[in-house]
Amino acid sequence: MVETPTPTAQTMGGRRLAATAWAGGAVAALVLLTALVSLVWTPHDPAAMDVANKLSDPTGAHPLGTDHFGRDVLSRLMVGARVSIAVSLVAVGLGAGIGVPLGLLASARHGWIDEAVMRFNDLAFAFPALLTAVLITAVLGPGAVNAILAIGIFNIPVFARVARGAALSLWTRPFIQAARLAGRGRTRISVEHILPNIAGALIVQGTIQFALAILAEAGLSYLGLGSQPPEVSWGRMLNEAQTFLFLDPRLAILPGLAIVVTVLGLNLLGDGLRDRLDPRLDTRRADGGR
Amino acid sequence: MTDSRPVLEARGVSRAYPLPRPHPLAPRPVRHAVADISLTLARGESLGIVGESGCGKSTLARLLTALEPPDAGTVLIAGRDPNALDKAALRRLRRSVQMVFQDPMGSLDPRWPVWRIVAEPLVGLAPEVARADRRARVVEALAAVGLGEETLTRYPHQFSGGQRQRIAIARALVTDPDIVVADEPVSALDVSVQAQVLNLFLELRRRRGLALLFISHDLDVVRHVTERIMVMDRGRVVEAGPTAEVLARPAHPHTAALLAAVPRLDAAWTGRERRAAPGAVTEHSPSRHR
Ligand SMILES: Nc1ncnc2c1ncn2[C@@H]1O[C@H](COP(=O)(O)OP(=O)(O)O)[C@@H](O)[C@H]1O
Ligand SMILES: [Mg+2]
Repeated sequence: MVETPTPTAQTMGGRRLAATAWAGGAVAALVLLTALVSLVWTPHDPAAMDVANKLSDPTGAHPLGTDHFGRDVLSRLMVGARVSIAVSLVAVGLGAGIGVPLGLLASARHGWIDEAVMRFNDLAFAFPALLTAVLITAVLGPGAVNAILAIGIFNIPVFARVARGAALSLWTRPFIQAARLAGRGRTRISVEHILPNIAGALIVQGTIQFALAILAEAGLSYLGLGSQPPEVSWGRMLNEAQTFLFLDPRLAILPGLAIVVTVLGLNLLGDGLRDRLDPRLDTRRADGGR
Repeated sequence: MTDSRPVLEARGVSRAYPLPRPHPLAPRPVRHAVADISLTLARGESLGIVGESGCGKSTLARLLTALEPPDAGTVLIAGRDPNALDKAALRRLRRSVQMVFQDPMGSLDPRWPVWRIVAEPLVGLAPEVARADRRARVVEALAAVGLGEETLTRYPHQFSGGQRQRIAIARALVTDPDIVVADEPVSALDVSVQAQVLNLFLELRRRRGLALLFISHDLDVVRHVTERIMVMDRGRVVEAGPTAEVLARPAHPHTAALLAAVPRLDAAWTGRERRAAPGAVTEHSPSRHR
């Protein structure tokens, strides 16, 4: 047989991840690692006050200095990463967990189900997300759980839309028609064929939503609507720092920097993944047999 | 084998698709992809459907395999109307009609290993085949198309175009159907591989007594595998009859026009054996499926 197999790289899109995406991924991984480390170790007890040593500049004992109660800023940033990441992960997970099945359902069933899901989406998109999140937490009361709910709700339509769009382009593909000829129902096809084939697009979106959720969590906490003391979060640290903004801007700059770097890293990673995945999705759509 | 009742029949089937409106207030125009087509396919017979790209061949294939219901007319598989059956009965009926698609990459789920792809019709259509027996059936179907057990755990991208089409054929055979609808099964293949796959169809027909509905825009290909042909133009059948007769004395100008393109293809056909030398295969430039 003279036929030559095609290279393996073909299915992977054959493209390398951009250097910026690697850098972004490294930053995100570092933040995640820091959060994990904070579970077992921080340089100091993040809640331990030392009023005699308040607003101290960086020293050997306190590499990033202390805050207005003399608490170690590095330890608090580490623990704050944990809260930011936990809240954001659960919120995005909630959004994807509900949004993806909704999107798959909409793409699998034409007619009123699709209409209903898409109109719900339009409605959700019509609200300014952060403002409404503020409203929700104001109504439900402040706290990490309610922040998760408020952020998660706005992730539902995003994931529903991405899942539906990617799935719709697959339904006309021959291997889906072949699956129907093989007697598979729409639900099974959605789970066994569609989902694995749109996973890439969902991961890309998940990365970007994760960055947005970190921002949203920080925003809510900054407004005092997210996690409550004695919980530590980057947004809370910003909130507490504003009183001392002129006295000691370091207290605001450090958590602000943590937020910016993390969000930037995740966005770079998401963009890089998207660049690598999208061209493939486009050409695979070609020749749906119709 | 000489049962005179047709295994597949279409009675005046039509299918129209809506086109985009020329302007928002205009009535929605439609394209009559298939218009009032009737045909019969006897047990073990082979019928060719030829016509230019866009004349409605694939649409007819989807109607005949009950992937879509016709707007008007009736499809009968083994004497029964698939569009009038409940799901369970439709599944039983589907075992007797399987399909091979044009693009062997697109008709195999890129995320599935070969054993799962080939076993899918068994899972969906033949629940009485025990899980433990599926493997043997899959291996048998692969053997029938000249592929060995080592292919079971590989993925579609690890095969050449011709091998992929063999996998697709194995999958179509695994439920032991009476009818195979092949929609341009060799059009995406390099000429040197086309001959091999066509011979495979001939051999399978002979050995299994398959009825074959063979769709192609290439008269030369149809000449080699079918006993009767129907020529389509813009959704209608313009000419039908025994293959040799129609090709020798085309009665319709459209057939003559299609035939006029054949000398070029004939040259390609006679050049086939010579081109099947190592290194001569240019079947997939890597950009093709990406
Ligand atoms: N799902 C569809 N939606 C809209 N138009 C379609 C669809 N499927 C086919 N058509 C149109 O119907 C006509 C026939 O298409 P098709 O059956 O694919 O032709 P062929 O297989 O002979 O190339 C074409 O004009 C095509 O654009
Ligand atoms: Mg076609």
